Amino acid sequence: MRRLLLKNLFSRPLTEPAPVPADVGEALRGAIARRLGRSLCIRAVDAGSCNGCELELHALGNAFYDVERFGIRFVASPRHADVLLVTGPVTTNMRVALERTWDAMPAPKWVIATGDCAAGCGVFEGSYACVGAVSRVIPVDIVIGGCPPPPEELLRGLLALLADDRRAPR
Amino acid sequence: MPALFIDDWAPVASHRGWPRRLAPAEGWRALGEALRTADLVLLGLWGDRDAVHAAVFHAPQRRAAVLTLPLAGKHVPSLGVFHAPAIRLERALQDLHGVTVVALPDARPWLDHGTWQCAAPLGDDGPAPGAAGTTGFLDASGPALHQIPVGPVHAGIIEPGHFRFTAHGETVVRLEERLGYAHKGIERLMQGGDAVAGTRLAARVSGDSSVACSWAYCRAVELALGIEPPPRATVLRAVMAELERLANHLGDVGAICNDASFSLMHAECIILREHVLRVAGAWTGHRLMMDRVVPGGVAVDLDDKARDAVQALVRRIDARLPELVELYDNTASLQDRTVGTGRLPPTLAAQFGCGGCIGRASGRDFDARRDLAYPPYDRHVPLVTVFTEGDVDARVRVRLAEIDASLRLIESLLTALPAGPIACLPVAPPTAMVEGSALVEGFRGDILAYVRLAPGGAIERCHLRDPSWFQWPLLEAAIEGNIVADFPLCNKSFNCSYSGHDL
Ligand code: SF4
Repeated sequence: MRRLLLKNLFSRPLTEPAPVPADVGEALRGAIARRLGRSLCIRAVDAGSCNGCELELHALGNAFYDVERFGIRFVASPRHADVLLVTGPVTTNMRVALERTWDAMPAPKWVIATGDCAAGCGVFEGSYACVGAVSRVIPVDIVIGGCPPPPEELLRGLLALLADDRRAPR
Repeated sequence: MPALFIDDWAPVASHRGWPRRLAPAEGWRALGEALRTADLVLLGLWGDRDAVHAAVFHAPQRRAAVLTLPLAGKHVPSLGVFHAPAIRLERALQDLHGVTVVALPDARPWLDHGTWQCAAPLGDDGPAPGAAGTTGFLDASGPALHQIPVGPVHAGIIEPGHFRFTAHGETVVRLEERLGYAHKGIERLMQGGDAVAGTRLAARVSGDSSVACSWAYCRAVELALGIEPPPRATVLRAVMAELERLANHLGDVGAICNDASFSLMHAECIILREHVLRVAGAWTGHRLMMDRVVPGGVAVDLDDKARDAVQALVRRIDARLPELVELYDNTASLQDRTVGTGRLPPTLAAQFGCGGCIGRASGRDFDARRDLAYPPYDRHVPLVTVFTEGDVDARVRVRLAEIDASLRLIESLLTALPAGPIACLPVAPPTAMVEGSALVEGFRGDILAYVRLAPGGAIERCHLRDPSWFQWPLLEAAIEGNIVADFPLCNKSFNCSYSGHDL
């Protein structure tokens, strides 16, 4: 382990200024700071996704994107969260769980519908087992499209939510 | 090759690939008993119009078959009463088709939580109003037992499912899973559309197995239509499938170590995983390679630049992998968590026909790429590594071995890349009913696909069985007697799919 750590210590960092241009990252941090101090806590709920969106959300944590450097964290409880990030076409079996998670969050709170499914049911349109867009269940503040949205798009989406000062929190 | 009792059953001419045979009236009972005692493994069980199908694999003779029991009414004899692995499949059968499985040991609804807009969505008479709803959990009683309900919303970026633990102090006495939260009605959505429209859904059954599931689906369609993708297409499919395996195994090894609080390994592994996704994205235009495997071939060719990138990726992982194996080997505190934890006995893995790394870590020497070889794996045979310990450690080691095996496969696939087209010419829609079945090895295990096309080409029935169906029940067995705090570790080492299972 020591050898690996030493090697890493003397190699260049992997974290990229791109894919999120540095100024965008800084702006993101600024927007969060204005609203919430220095951190943004996200509670992710999978409302029946295919898991593709989750994989890309996970990628936000790797050394290339390192989402925590912007003060963005995924938290375990809705009680700790500022943002509810929802994926999937809201299956009828997940509807109640989604509503309860939203109810459990303190205000101010925002909702991000992530992926084409959460945006508008995606390829599962017309199913007996899907409610469809997240906005049919809880109010959505921003939509990040894509199937799944790549990590850069996810970061850009967070920025769009926080950079718009006219949008009042609920 | 000695004949089996099923060889006397009448073959169905419209089915291609393995044979499909009609069971005689008492056939289901004979099948149930054979599954219980013999070398026969249940690959899947699903309903259809006036029939129920079971796919089986005979291990010593390495051959598979689909067996069909025609139904006269709404009652189906149970296989689960003989063979426990069929129970959840039969519960789902009841939910989806509105039939009654007679003598089913556990007749509670499984996928149907009572919220669907209809009941029996795949039933013969069309969907019925109303819904079944889920009944309670199994009992575990005694002094000092307590229950811990977890999910369907989990503390992390995880798919939805409910776990009901009954614990005695720290020790898990019983775990019961409740799944179905991610049920999207994919099989119903597929019906009536054509094979190409079905591809988009097949690619989204489980996002992490997009290539493998698309491949299984496309192969079933191709067998049904009697077409064969050109050699270059099959090799490119295999390169994509091995990239998918690499990405997932790397992610899993990291995540397992992370659940044992060893974040260094996690950080290293997800860097490599990101490299894989980036190469896949640059080559195919989609990081998870969705919709790149299509009926008849693949949607993207591999140019020299992409080929160099894939080869560079192989070299990059090759350079790092020994260091990671050494890191795993030399970290005693990590192995303290993984060795002996969540042991799955080989007898259970064999009984359930448990595929993938989970089966291979518990002595089940099966890999669809080798044992029911499909092109190009008939020429590029993967190295299959088997352990018998069946604990978290063995599941990590199988994955590490498979990462190396996939790297070797990609090398050999790329050096033998045939020239020529990447898809066969479009064919006229079938004039008669045609059907086919296929088994494809994804990173999680073998994925079964059955597709039947009506005259004109519309999908009449498509069934996709995720490997998790035979792995989830075993997680309940593996966790028993472990401490609650080791559940995340065991669960991650299984890494079963929710979406693929719930469909
Ligand atoms: S948007 Fe695409 S990747 Fe995301 S859950 Fe839906 S189908 Fe899966």
